[in-house]
Formats: sequence, structure tokens, C-alpha cells
Amino acid sequence: MFEHTFLPYHHLIMKEIDIKDLKRITELIRERHNYDFTNYAMSSFKRRILRIMDMHNLTLDMLFKKISTENTFFDEFLSEVTVNVTEMFRDPSFWRILRDDIIPAILLNHKSFRIWHAGCSSGEEVFSMAIMLKEMGILNDTSIIATDLDTLILDRAKSGTYPAKNMELNNKNYIRYQGTSSLDEYYTIENGKAIMDKSLLNNVSFRKHDLVTGDIFNKFDLILCRNVMIYFNQNLQNEVLKKFHESLFKYGYLIIGSKESLIWCDIANKFIVVNNEEKVYKKIKD
Amino acid sequence: MDKYNLNNKYKAIVIGGSAGSFQGVTKILSNMPEDFKLPIILCLHRLKHVRNGFVEALSIKSQLEITEPHDKEHIKKSRVYLAPANYHLSIELGHTFSLSTENMVNNSRPAIDITLNTAAYVYRNKLIGILLSGANKDGAMGMEHINQRGGRTIVQDPIECMIDTMPTAALAVTEIDHVLKVDDIIKFLIELNNAYK
Repeated sequence: MFEHTFLPYHHLIMKEIDIKDLKRITELIRERHNYDFTNYAMSSFKRRILRIMDMHNLTLDMLFKKISTENTFFDEFLSEVTVNVTEMFRDPSFWRILRDDIIPAILLNHKSFRIWHAGCSSGEEVFSMAIMLKEMGILNDTSIIATDLDTLILDRAKSGTYPAKNMELNNKNYIRYQGTSSLDEYYTIENGKAIMDKSLLNNVSFRKHDLVTGDIFNKFDLILCRNVMIYFNQNLQNEVLKKFHESLFKYGYLIIGSKESLIWCDIANKFIVVNNEEKVYKKIKD
Repeated sequence: MDKYNLNNKYKAIVIGGSAGSFQGVTKILSNMPEDFKLPIILCLHRLKHVRNGFVEALSIKSQLEITEPHDKEHIKKSRVYLAPANYHLSIELGHTFSLSTENMVNNSRPAIDITLNTAAYVYRNKLIGILLSGANKDGAMGMEHINQRGGRTIVQDPIECMIDTMPTAALAVTEIDHVLKVDDIIKFLIELNNAYK
């Protein structure tokens, strides 16, 4: 149900939706379902709403009604309004830096350490991390918490099952990452699906958590949140970064997407840049 | 000589291109003065996994500073912005960029339609859209959107294009204000810049 990657964009792109209608949608969601999309980036949020209306063939009024009254529709809506396109070992150069520089630096001071994947989506980065740690021989010395606001996508992450056709790109990324094995050592193919080795998830716990409304729930040595905050406006990025700051141990690492930046945020001075190309930051002040 | 009847209302230029557009883009950029009065936003199809090298290649002959924007970066004049590899590039109200990893559109990420469409929404009739050589139809709908919002549209003359699918597709779906060779696109932009003096 969530795999219609093709969208008939050509007639979609010409449609428009008023900002006031987008605001009505976010208000309705906030009242009825306790999620807050008010501070999501306008351009992509608008595209997602138009896409949902198009996929389900809905007018605005119908969309309002379904959001108000149909909980199963809302679960699907939540999955579709957030962007769940991800890859294993996306940006191989980043994963090399993580393996060769960042993790060894953490291991200098810790025998075991804790990782938070914030906004883990369908889990590709969680599996990438687990594979990397396994190849480093330290998978059992880590505990990983992977969170997302969307329970349907968390189920998919837990199942570790991906369309087999996605593995071509994942394999290419893994080769560029220069892992010590071969990615197909970690999955089997059945009925057009790649099924990941579940033992990779032994120290992983998946949890529902919304970065916008959720509380701080633990402290970590490393937080990964790549290409998640690009869907937020600057105000919300600021708020979420404060939460990340509080959720990190002093000298813990925060990693965001390669085209995101901390420099505009209020608490930028509490971090130093460890690697600017791959956007690795280190918390230096409480 | 005001051939194109331009004034200083325009706020941004967006250029889309794909196969065969690199030469045209570098030629255009190399002919822009360093005090060019508008931002130039480039959405060019590129290899998804090659993050580095494109900005450097475009910069060789350009007097304008070329960068790949960060998410939520403010758009400034006299600057050239290139959509980064493997991200869609959108313009937000308030004149900042947004990046996204949504599904490919027209088999492309970055997709020209997304950049043109969001720019048309934000800049309305104060936008100039230019579509160069390319081998698919990405950008055609974006040009239509610019047209509907009252902006000015230019395509590279198909006769001059290495692959003319892209400008031809735009000409098929919407009215294009100017069909120009690269040298004339340069003259157009110089005349535009002079309107700000």
C-alpha cells in the first residue's frame, strides 16, 4: 500500500492549495491527533498534501472529513505526509568518516555506548549502522534506539524487509563505503523482497517518538538525524536542536545531513564542527 | 538598445538543464558580471552519487560565486546556487531554500519541475525561467507554472540544443516568451542587469 513510488506528477504540479487551507489542516491534526505540522517546511508539506489528495482522489472537504473521523486513514496519512525515501549507506563518504574517525574517538573513552537514530523511517540507516558496527566487531557493545513518529513505518523497519530492487543502489553504496564483506551477506531474497538478517537488530529497540511534541527520554553518545529536519522550518529546527543538545552527553556527537547546517541555530556555540563536509558536530558545553 | 523591454521588477532567475546543457550554462555564467543584480538558481540533472566537482567545474570561468545551498539558506543577489546531488531544491516564502529527499520526479532528483514550480509560487511575475538542452521532459510543467504566475519564460533554441527534448516539451505545453540561442540568452541577461542601474 505504501509502495506507489510512481506519482502522476504532471497534473499534480499544476494544482495549488491555499496557505490558509494548509493551516486549517495542521490545526485539525493538532486538535484531533496531537501531531503538530505547523512548523513543517511549507513547500514539501504542500506537495505531500497534494499528493495524498491525488492518490486518494480527495477534495479538500473530503480530506478534512477523513482526517476528523477515520483513524485508519489518519495512520496512512501520517505515513504519506512524512517523507520515507532513504537508502542504506547513503553518502558512503560519511559512513567511512563515521567508521574511521568518529566511532574510534568514542571508543577511546567508552567501552560501550548509546546511539539514537532520530527519524529512522524504514530503518535503512539503522541496518547500515548495525552492519558497520558488526564489521568493526563492536555491535554488542552498543545499544541503539531508533525512533519515528509513524508506527507503520516503524513496523516496516522492524521487519527489515525491503523491495529487492532497492538493493541494487544499497549494494552500490556499500561498495563505495568499502565494507569488509559484501552486503548480500546480510540479507536473503524471497519473493522479490530482501529480508535482512534480524540478528543485526539484537541491540536495537524501535520506539514511537515525535521530535516535535515528544519529550527527552534518554542520554546518548551519538545522535543521527540525517535529512529529517529539512522538512522543518527554521523555528522548529531550533527547537529540535535544543532537544538533541539535552539528549547528548557532554562530548557526544550529533550528525545531520550533508546539506543541513547548525550555524543558524541559537545553540550553535554549544557545539564544535568535527567534520564540515559530513556535518558531524560535537557537544562541548552543557 | 532595449530589445527585450525589461525592467527591474524581477527578483530571481531559475535555469534548468540536463544532457547537453553544461556548455551553455558555463557560457552564460562566464558572461555575467560579478555585480549581477539577481540570484541565479540552477537545477541541472546530475549523477546522484557524485557530490563534489560540479560547483568547481562551473566556477572555473564564472565571476559570480557558485555554491550548493544548505537547507534554509537565504537567497542573495549576485550569487549562483546549484541544486545539490540527490536532493530536490525548493524555494520557500521568505526567500530561503529547502531541500528534500522525496521520490524522484521525472526520473530525476533534483527535478527541475520542483524548483521551477516552487520558485514560480514564491516569485510570481518577478521570476525568469530558462530551460536549456536536455533529454527528458522535466521542466516543461514548471515553465507552464511560471507562465501562469506571470513570470517570463525562455527556452534555448532547439536548433542549437545537443538534445532538444526538454525545450521542445516546454514549447508544446505552454507559451514561451522567448526562444533564444545561448548568445542571445546572455544578451537578454545583460540587458536585464542594466535595467537595475
